[in-house]
Amino acid sequence: MSTKHFNRRNFLKVSGGTLGAAAAGFSLYTPSASAAKARVVVVGGGMGGATAARYIKKGDPSIDVTLVEANPTYHSCFMSNFVVVGERKLDYLAHGYDGLKAEGINVVYDRVIGIDDNAVKTAGGKSLPFDRCVVSPGVGFKFIEGHSEEVANTTITHAWKAGKQTQIFHDQLAAMKDGGTVIIGAPRNPFRCPPGPYERTSLVAGYLKKHKPKSKVIVLDPKDKFSKFGLFTEGWRNHYGYGTDDSLITWVKGAEGGALEAVDADTMTVSAEIEEFTADVINIIPDQKAGAIAFTAGLVDDSGWCPVNLHTFESTLRKNIHVIGDASQAKGMPKSGYAASSEAKVCAAGIIALLNGHTPGSPAYVNTCYSVISFEPKDGISVAAIYKLRADGSKIQKMSGGLTPSGDKRNAANRAREVDYALSWYENITSNTFND
Amino acid sequence: MQLKTFAVSALAAAIMVGCASQQPAEPTKAKAKAAAPVAAKKAPPKVISGASGAMLASTCEGCHGTDGISDGPATPSIAGMSEDYLVEVMEEFRDGDTKSTVMGRVAKGYTEEEIVAMSAYYANIEYRGASQSADATKLAKGEQLHNKYCEKCHHEAGGDATDDSGILAGQWTPYLHYTMEDFINGDRDISRKMKKKLDQLLADEGHAGLDAVISYYGSQK
Repeated sequence: MSTKHFNRRNFLKVSGGTLGAAAAGFSLYTPSASAAKARVVVVGGGMGGATAARYIKKGDPSIDVTLVEANPTYHSCFMSNFVVVGERKLDYLAHGYDGLKAEGINVVYDRVIGIDDNAVKTAGGKSLPFDRCVVSPGVGFKFIEGHSEEVANTTITHAWKAGKQTQIFHDQLAAMKDGGTVIIGAPRNPFRCPPGPYERTSLVAGYLKKHKPKSKVIVLDPKDKFSKFGLFTEGWRNHYGYGTDDSLITWVKGAEGGALEAVDADTMTVSAEIEEFTADVINIIPDQKAGAIAFTAGLVDDSGWCPVNLHTFESTLRKNIHVIGDASQAKGMPKSGYAASSEAKVCAAGIIALLNGHTPGSPAYVNTCYSVISFEPKDGISVAAIYKLRADGSKIQKMSGGLTPSGDKRNAANRAREVDYALSWYENITSNTFND
Repeated sequence: MQLKTFAVSALAAAIMVGCASQQPAEPTKAKAKAAAPVAAKKAPPKVISGASGAMLASTCEGCHGTDGISDGPATPSIAGMSEDYLVEVMEEFRDGDTKSTVMGRVAKGYTEEEIVAMSAYYANIEYRGASQSADATKLAKGEQLHNKYCEKCHHEAGGDATDDSGILAGQWTPYLHYTMEDFINGDRDISRKMKKKLDQLLADEGHAGLDAVISYYGSQK
């Protein structure tokens, strides 16, 4: 124990004592035992919805919490690129809801078709009453000409919701001849998981390098820059010959005609702004908007996303309905699984306070996000940030954070560790969400 | 009930105090003075501070596990450590005294008071070790080396939180390996006493000895 901290510590023990004792002595919230049992219905069992359900129940067990989700098995979108390139099996991504049931959350497998002022309506004919509702619908897609969910389920995958398409994309890569071409179409901002298309590009290049070294991956992108840009392009140069004539990766940016206009599954041809490209495997990640139920429920503004009060994530368009995760306009935070989880915790604290007649306490937000550039050698990068709410409620303000540093040689050991931290992160974020 | 009422009002007071203060990060006095002319040009946005220990702690759980008990082998459990230890570690990350990947970036986002509040919160949550085993010969060797080189400071097979070091018993062994690597490479603050003992252990028993000790700690409950 170094002495430099010693005096300051003792000083803080005294000065911070009241706050510390208050924080330690009781749980997050102070539910009033006499209140009638409040009801919360959560729509959507992804990272946002499952976390919200869990943290509402955890923070105030007296609240009756129902989670409605169409699919009994959730596949995480993060780490799904590992499955695309065969580093993991699809099962690695699968999570169920038994852990949430075990904590006293009612789980209903059904599709939500509408949200009234006091009840959620399902395709199965149920009407689930609520005092407050949390909607965490994820994203919907804006398909280009020739692309659709049907096409995506057979030939031109998006695989931007993990599951069947993730497997199809993997199988297509595995079946491709050496010397083949893979096209990845990247979306316009904003979209789920900003570094995701570029991690996908990196790992597909890694797969080709190992198994089909005469092949290429072409990224067609409407943008001129992207998340973790410097780190990804540095990694591509280090591992995949980016910038040389033998590069495994070609990135066609917006200014060079990277924007996609149409795709033809029969001829495996993609029409970009300037040129047409033919490929053996095509994966197109479409532009995005809030998930369908957010539109049905009137929670979306002209932007295609859901405006919310950033302190509680209550919709600014409809009372008593909160929107979290990728579909919400969490101004200042990225659309990531971890951000959805963090928003869910802030939202849960807010809902518990409001249902108990209290003013919501001060929120705290966080995001961490890992990307793997290469498995052989191990090269991982991350972005992390801590946020607070601006006093005027206008934005979730970044207080600290940043990217993995680029460059220096000593860094290689850290980069290898970041792959292990990414895998460790996965275990914790998923068990924190699903209690599995 | 009375305690609850007291706690509510204490928290409310804390929140009000927090709301009134506005601060990104925490400039030292000298830095604040130096930055004053710049700040006059463009004041940092006012933010709401004063989140409760539990709210702050919830930001850690996605990576360090629910209630601070990690399910990920490269990430330590943080529940049940002493408050002093948790504060110290966060400060070392924040100040760059301990090498890290994300923790240095994260720790800078919290004020001193917030670090104390989240540390106090985790100090009051029960620690549970991970379930890990190794072969009996290795564990016996590890126990012997623990007794010889480490036990004086890491009491109760590394399971005592009150000795102001981290709990080692039941921590994930991949995490312990990384941490020891950092100590050995001078990437983490190490007391002279520990450095002496660690050097002795490595001189006498090599990395296999260190590995045995780590396996021993990992296997403890």
